[in-house]
Order: sequence, then structure tokens, then C-alpha cells
Amino acid sequence: MKITKEEVEYVAHLARLEFHAGETEKFTSQLNGILLYMEMLNQIDTTGVEPMTHAIAQKNAFRDDVVGESLMNEAALANAPDGRGDFFRVPKVIE
Amino acid sequence: MELNELTIHELQKKLRAGDTSSTEIVQAVFKRIEAVEPRINAYITLMKDVALADALKADEAVKKGDIRALTGIPIALKDIFCTKGFRTTCGSRILENFIPPYDATIVEKLRQAGAIFTGKTNMDEFAMGSSTETSFFGTTKNPWDLNRIPGGSSGGSAAAVAADECIASLGSDTGGSIRQPAALCGVVGMKPTYGRVSRFGLIAFASSLDQIGPFTKDVEDCAILMNGIAGYDPKESTSIPQDVPDYRSFLSRGIDGWTVGIPKEYFIEGIDAEVSEAVQKAIKCVEGLGAKTMEISLPHTKYCLAVYYIIAPAEASSNLARYDGVKYGYRSPDGQDLLDMYKKSRSEGFGAEVKRRIMLGTYALSSGYYDAYYKKASQVRALIKRDFDDAFKTCDIILTPTTPTPAFNVGEKTGDPLQMYLSDILTISTNLAGIPGISVPCGFTKGGLPVGVQFLAGHLEEGKLLQIAAAYEKNANLEKRRPNL
Repeated sequence: MKITKEEVEYVAHLARLEFHAGETEKFTSQLNGILLYMEMLNQIDTTGVEPMTHAIAQKNAFRDDVVGESLMNEAALANAPDGRGDFFRVPKVIE
Repeated sequence: MELNELTIHELQKKLRAGDTSSTEIVQAVFKRIEAVEPRINAYITLMKDVALADALKADEAVKKGDIRALTGIPIALKDIFCTKGFRTTCGSRILENFIPPYDATIVEKLRQAGAIFTGKTNMDEFAMGSSTETSFFGTTKNPWDLNRIPGGSSGGSAAAVAADECIASLGSDTGGSIRQPAALCGVVGMKPTYGRVSRFGLIAFASSLDQIGPFTKDVEDCAILMNGIAGYDPKESTSIPQDVPDYRSFLSRGIDGWTVGIPKEYFIEGIDAEVSEAVQKAIKCVEGLGAKTMEISLPHTKYCLAVYYIIAPAEASSNLARYDGVKYGYRSPDGQDLLDMYKKSRSEGFGAEVKRRIMLGTYALSSGYYDAYYKKASQVRALIKRDFDDAFKTCDIILTPTTPTPAFNVGEKTGDPLQMYLSDILTISTNLAGIPGISVPCGFTKGGLPVGVQFLAGHLEEGKLLQIAAAYEKNANLEKRRPNL
């Protein structure tokens, strides 16, 4: 086993997801299959190989700090499930 | 021929000559949509009223002599591009009612060039899938056989072009999501070099792999759309600050004296015999055009899928963290507190494949596993890119099948994620290396399903891809067929 049911539950918490009991079992089995397939990468010696994080060699893309167009409050709040006035409302955070 | 069956360049000629109007073209497209859409389901949202209004404006512009590269041409957009004021769902319940407050850069550019938008096309949820079956809005059907999938994730865009429900369309390609459905639907599809087309306003899946590109009925139209969308964008920090050539200028140059590499690792067991046969014919055709072919090796090919399914989900798990039910998107009404609201909104809003990839990515990036998965995959990715760098020292172009098999049946692979992932095995390496690729139709199976041949080139060599694709298309002598709908 590459990943246990308990680990799946822990990772789900990290990802802010929750599953029903049956779903957890199914995900555990599917993720195990996929992770086993990935084992093949261990056949390759990658000592000293620089990890590739971008498809093109590019340095930081700097630009001048000038004020441009931005979204007005109304537009920014238009899609909010619960927007009131100038704010996004959320359920209570602190008891 | 009906107007909706023509290409961009054919329609442009007619518009210029005054033989037709944009209004007539748009009407022809919507007549076709109304006739076949109940069977195909290529679109999530149609924009008929706006399209007709824009067609009137285009006709006015033509009268004044203002004819641009895409004036009056109806184009479909994958529902992954933000369209100001028009719902953009990304195939997901979580964005079912999302109305972007801005346009993607390519949407702005196409509009500037005179294009008219027919609607937003169906796709796998968040572009995660190879068949459009993970869409919250139902599966798109392959116009060549309604029991089969059109490929994915940009299946709606490919099917809409194949079924003449638009003149051309745009999609996005993270591991084959343009080229694979293009091959399975018998149309031309190109994934440009990473950074060639701005991703601003493209809903992110895997940011180091995503790239936008066209679906068209022929290679010339592909060049026309590339002219319309390529180029540096100050709003997108990975877009390449380099001039864009006129892609149409490559179409008639021919490939005399070129060397075309045939990677042995792409003609392996598991490639369907009829696909292999069609691609062998394409190789013969290319040789007949004065190109020399040679066997080459891309030794790390067999690791591409494993590398991809670590890197893409890792990036996705981070990109999709923004869907939390606060600023936009679905919010579950049952959240007891903030954390519970996050969990319920995401669990109810995302489908199974998206959750599976978020889980994979979160696991691969989590403490204790990062080096074993993400770092290892990024190192092997460097070796995969090196394979291509080495290959392009000896050849101009690489030729492969686009997909291992023709279109498969609806439901055939939904039960086994790994089997589904394997349908992208010949397209994934391109995205990992960041190079451009194009799929061009190269024949049909005995059962009447389209087959595609894929050409790959070095960074920023889209012109060369169009050059060989156009030469091949002109000389392949393929039977002209249309899906029987």
C-alpha cells in the first residue's frame, strides 16, 4: 500500500475536501493504483539533475510600477455568494 | 455547400467579394446548431443574440471597407476562457453561475480582429479529462459516431468544428487537450509553444503546462487564427516578448530537403493497427515531398505519463485552492463554520476527477513526500526536455501518431482513471518540454473514425509546423468526408 485510508483522510483535510465512507475507500484504492504506476520514476538516476520548473528559461518579468485599470468594488463583488456593501461575508470564524 | 461548412479563408473571400454577409454566415451556423446540437452537446452556453447583433456590425464595417483578418467569422470558445458579461463555467458546478468581470486576452484579440463568438464549448471539468465525460454539463458526442467520445478536454471545441457548428474554435492544451480531440474529430488542432499565446483570462489548470490554441477545418485557417492570438502580453508574465511572424507566409514553402524524425518509442505496442497504417501512409507522403525521414530515440518517453500526473495535479491542487465559496463560485448552504463551509462547498462543487487530481497533487506536495514525487518528477521533466533538445539537433520536425487509438466509446474508460490517462500518452511530452505541436487529419479507419498525425517542432517553430502540415495536407489526397448527422 502506498497510501492508507487514514492518509487519504488527512490529505482530504489539507485539500479542504470531505468524502463519504464509500468515497474514501474508492479514492484510496484509485490513488494507490496511480501512485504504484509512478514508482517507475525510481528507475531513473536523477543525481545532479536540476529540476525543471518552467518550460521556457525566463527570469523575473519586471515592469514599471504604474497604476493601471482595476476592478471596481461592485464588479469585484458581483459574483460573491454573499456580498454585503463593500465586503465578502463568511460564516463565523471565531467562537 | 452551406456557408457554415466553409473555412475562414473561403468565407473571407466571399465577404470581400460581397457574395455573402456575416449575418448570413451566423444564421447558417445557428441553423446547424439548432439541428444537431441536441445530439452533439458541443456547447455549454450559446450566444446567438449577441452573435447576430455583432454580425450586423460586421456587415456595416465591411460596407465601410474595414475588413480585418477575422471580420464576420463565427468562432466558438472553450468555456475555460473568461468572457466579460458571459457565463464561464470551466465545465464545473463550482463555476455554474460565474460571470467574469473581464475578457481573456485572446478573446479581446479575436474581437479586435473582427471575430464573432457563437458560444462557450463543453469541456472536461477544469480541463481534467480526455473525453469530456467529466463535464458537469454532460458528455459531448463525437460527430463521426454518436456512441463515441470526441476526446478531451477541449472536446466541445473539436466537435463543434467537425459538425460545422462554428467555422473554427479555440481550446487549451495541458497534456493533449487540443491535439487529441482534434485527431479524434478529424480536424486540425495546434498547441503553440509555452508562452507564445497569452494565458491571461484562461482559467488555470496546470500553469507550467497550459497553452491556448486553435481548432480549424484546414491548416491555412490554423495559421490565420495563430496570427490572431499569438504575441506578448504585458498582463501575462510567462508570455514571450518576441515578435510573431506572419504564419500564413509558411504555408506554401514546401519541405524539400528537410529531415523528419520518427521516434521509435511512439510506435509501440498498444498503438491501434489502423492508426499505425494511416500514420505510415503519412510518412510515405512526407518522403514524397522531398523530406528525408530517420528513426530517432526519445529515451525518456515511457516516463512522461508518470511525470505529468505528478506535476499537473500538483499545480492544479494549488490553482484550485481559490475555489472556496467566498469571492465567487458555488457556496454550500450547509457550512456550520468557515472551515466546514470551505469543505462542503468544494466537495459539492467539484466532480470526482477534479477531486482525485487535487488529492494526488496535495499528497505529492505534502510534507515528507515532496522530494519523492514533485522534485523527482521535475528532474525527470528536465531529462524529457533534453531528449527533445538532442533530437532537434538532428531533425527539423518529429512525426508521430497523435493518439494511440481512434475515438473510444462513451463510458469505456470512466471506471479506470489510469486507462483514461493513457489516451494522452503521445501528446503529454510536448507540454512537459514546452514545445509546439499540431495534429492534422491523416485518414479514417474502416469503421469511419478519423485518425490524426502529429508534428512536433522546437521552441517557437510554429511556422515550421504549419509549413509541413500545409505541404502534407495538400499532397495527402485524403478523401473529403463530412460526418453524417
